Amino acid sequence: MSRTESAKKELTIFQRLARFCQNFFKENMGILIALFVICIALSFLSDVFLTQKNIMNVLRQMSTNLYLACGMTMVIILGGIDLSVGSIIAFSGVVTVGLIARNGMPIAAAVLAGIFIGVVVGAFNGMVIAKTTIPPFIVTLATMNIARGAAYIYTGGQPIRVMSDEFNFIGSGYVGDVPTPVIYLAIIVFASFLIMNQTKFGRHIYAVGGNTQAAKFSGINTARVKFYVHTFSGLMAGITGVVLASRMFSGQPTSGDGAEMDAIAAVVLGGTSMSGGSGKIGGTVIGGFVIAVLNNGLNLMNVNSFWQYVVKGAVILIAVYVDYIKKLRSRI
Amino acid sequence: MSNPKLLVMRGIHKRFPGVYALKDVHLELESGEVHAILGENGAGKSTLIKVLGGIYSIDQGEIYIDGERVFINNVHDAQANGISMIHQELVLVPYMTVAENIFLGREPLKGGFVDYGKMEQEAQELLDAYEMHIDACVQVRSLTIAQQQMVEIVKAISFHSKILVMDEPTSSLSDKEVAFLFDTIRTLKSSGVGIIYISHKMSELQQICDRVTVMRDGEYIGTRIVRETSNAELIAMMVGRELTSYYTRTYQEPGETVLEVKNLSDGGMVKDASFAVRKGEIVGFAGLVGAGRSEAMKCVFGLSPLTHGEILVDGKPAQIRHPDDAMRHGIALVPENRKEEALFAVQSVQYNLTIKVLESFIKGIFVNQALESEIAGRYIRMMSIKTPSFQQLTGNLSGGNQQKVVIGRWLATNPQILILDEPTRGVDVGAKSEIYIIMNELVKNGVSIVMISSELPEIINMSDRVYVMCEGRVTGCLERGQMTQEQIMRLATADSNSVKI
Repeated sequence: MSRTESAKKELTIFQRLARFCQNFFKENMGILIALFVICIALSFLSDVFLTQKNIMNVLRQMSTNLYLACGMTMVIILGGIDLSVGSIIAFSGVVTVGLIARNGMPIAAAVLAGIFIGVVVGAFNGMVIAKTTIPPFIVTLATMNIARGAAYIYTGGQPIRVMSDEFNFIGSGYVGDVPTPVIYLAIIVFASFLIMNQTKFGRHIYAVGGNTQAAKFSGINTARVKFYVHTFSGLMAGITGVVLASRMFSGQPTSGDGAEMDAIAAVVLGGTSMSGGSGKIGGTVIGGFVIAVLNNGLNLMNVNSFWQYVVKGAVILIAVYVDYIKKLRSRI
Repeated sequence: MSNPKLLVMRGIHKRFPGVYALKDVHLELESGEVHAILGENGAGKSTLIKVLGGIYSIDQGEIYIDGERVFINNVHDAQANGISMIHQELVLVPYMTVAENIFLGREPLKGGFVDYGKMEQEAQELLDAYEMHIDACVQVRSLTIAQQQMVEIVKAISFHSKILVMDEPTSSLSDKEVAFLFDTIRTLKSSGVGIIYISHKMSELQQICDRVTVMRDGEYIGTRIVRETSNAELIAMMVGRELTSYYTRTYQEPGETVLEVKNLSDGGMVKDASFAVRKGEIVGFAGLVGAGRSEAMKCVFGLSPLTHGEILVDGKPAQIRHPDDAMRHGIALVPENRKEEALFAVQSVQYNLTIKVLESFIKGIFVNQALESEIAGRYIRMMSIKTPSFQQLTGNLSGGNQQKVVIGRWLATNPQILILDEPTRGVDVGAKSEIYIIMNELVKNGVSIVMISSELPEIINMSDRVYVMCEGRVTGCLERGQMTQEQIMRLATADSNSVKI
């Protein structure tokens, strides 16, 4: 043991990457196999599944869910949950579009304002959760309703339209062959990965989620950790709101309805424990992939959208059950 | 064989993936006997009784009850054969009444509905029969831990059990409650019940047990009659070597005063407590549970605010409002309840050891992994933590090794003053003596240790001086030559009329 541990010192970047990949495959074996099987099956069942256009389509569709899921992963590892993200999408979306269409605000400023709305709601969640012992489920349930209501009030219940190529580019544009949301996705996943794996703050998140009391005894400022994690989740929802509004050329007060559940599904499929303390961003990314590929495949095969819900639910249940069996076996 | 033995377990084998938990284990129990099973954590005691209770099934071996071979594959089989278990963790439903708990799953019925009158009456009769002053109609959550344990025992008896298994029943009881438990055990004994008794406490063996079976690393080591053996022999059997001296301590002349606490009050448990700690000494803190020792140390470590008083570090007043302040002054605290207050059980050993020194190997987003595992390795070696790898989940280690991980985490911060609250609670004998060796090394290197302990032999054999607390006040300080169990207990109950032992 001591030999292999000391050998770590001489590892090159390449070897570290290889080790990372090895661990990644080992940890996510079950869900990776599931993803692989679904992809193989779809490539036989549909001619277009493996075309470049469709793959980019899948990536674009999964990207907004994964912005939320990155924040949600941190929140769930912290031992909490954030139900408000779906409503924040609507709130930040309508405000962004409203500021452009109604007030003629410059696009950059409006976009920042929209994202800022997400940060504010997230920070509010974080503040209440950090300073009181009210469960995150309840706090974010409340802000979920408040933010949704605010979006309806701001718009009067009607979508606000915006005609601006620049604004539309944010969510519908391409850089080369790559859709813009996919570029943001890469940045967000990379940043989340760095936070969780490479910073003190990331380790403190695992500590607070694993054992809040022990974290306090270790001198970790648990309130601060909770505050920033929820703020981050709000930030992700704000970004999602702006991107979705841009893609739909409008601010819709109904936008993002149920988005929090898709994000939670991606997190859970990725092997993060709902009881907190353990989980990985990498797993969540695969979880998001599975959901997106499944959606895409069912559409390509013209499966009735009512049945799509049933299939998605069944896949979640099976994946989590397999994970449960795996954990049961590994425990003594 | 005119009179077959109550229980015989012969050649029991049990394998788990990667672990050979029981290797050819034997156990015999006579009716009316209290039979202790002794062993370090991980010796296989729990597995053995779980096999008997039907929670695990055996891979190989035979079990006889009253001379007849039985097969125990699940909890129902165990109950049908008259075996009841009282687990270490209480398994009562807090929001149900005592009677409901006792008859859970077999409630007396009348016309298809639960007959509450009959249930409560029968429960009360059982409770009264053992002179337990508990009302069968109150909710379990309103009872003390000791009372809950009594309810568990009554529940077990109500199955008309012939064999009762008790897993560390005294771990959360006061002395008075232990005495009552022992009375109950004697009553059960005289009615012919055989009791298997698991405990870490050697003193209890002498008081209550007839025979003792020692296990080590999943193997049967031997059975002795308690009256004919000695603690030294049993410890040697448990650890597999003679522990020539269990406590390790070399005394030296202490240096300057490094920590001085004057008239500390926290507005609750701690009242006007003053004490001082010098460089390179171990200062013991003795007292009964609830004397305010842990609370005083929490103030010193910045976990709870002090309403009155002063803390001086190296002769200078120190403002300690948060654990970070304490750490800046070189103070570290290993808390009393390892599982709740210290351990990140779902994280790796390496993570647990390095969580306090992250800044030494994480700069922004750059993690020096070589340094990280070097730090972890250093404390794994120093504390001789037995773990299959650095990445092993800490929750999977034995209690002793978990404790070493927690102590190691704080040693990594290079503390000058190390506060250890019950450092050897729930730790097996081998690991205990290793922890003493480490404490001795630390004071030799000039670290000062404050040790809160409820084990008087530990206090007497390890401390330079001992402060005794009673009801939030420091009632005395004894030097090395003056420390006796009687002296300490006298001070621990000093000005109190309400506390009786």
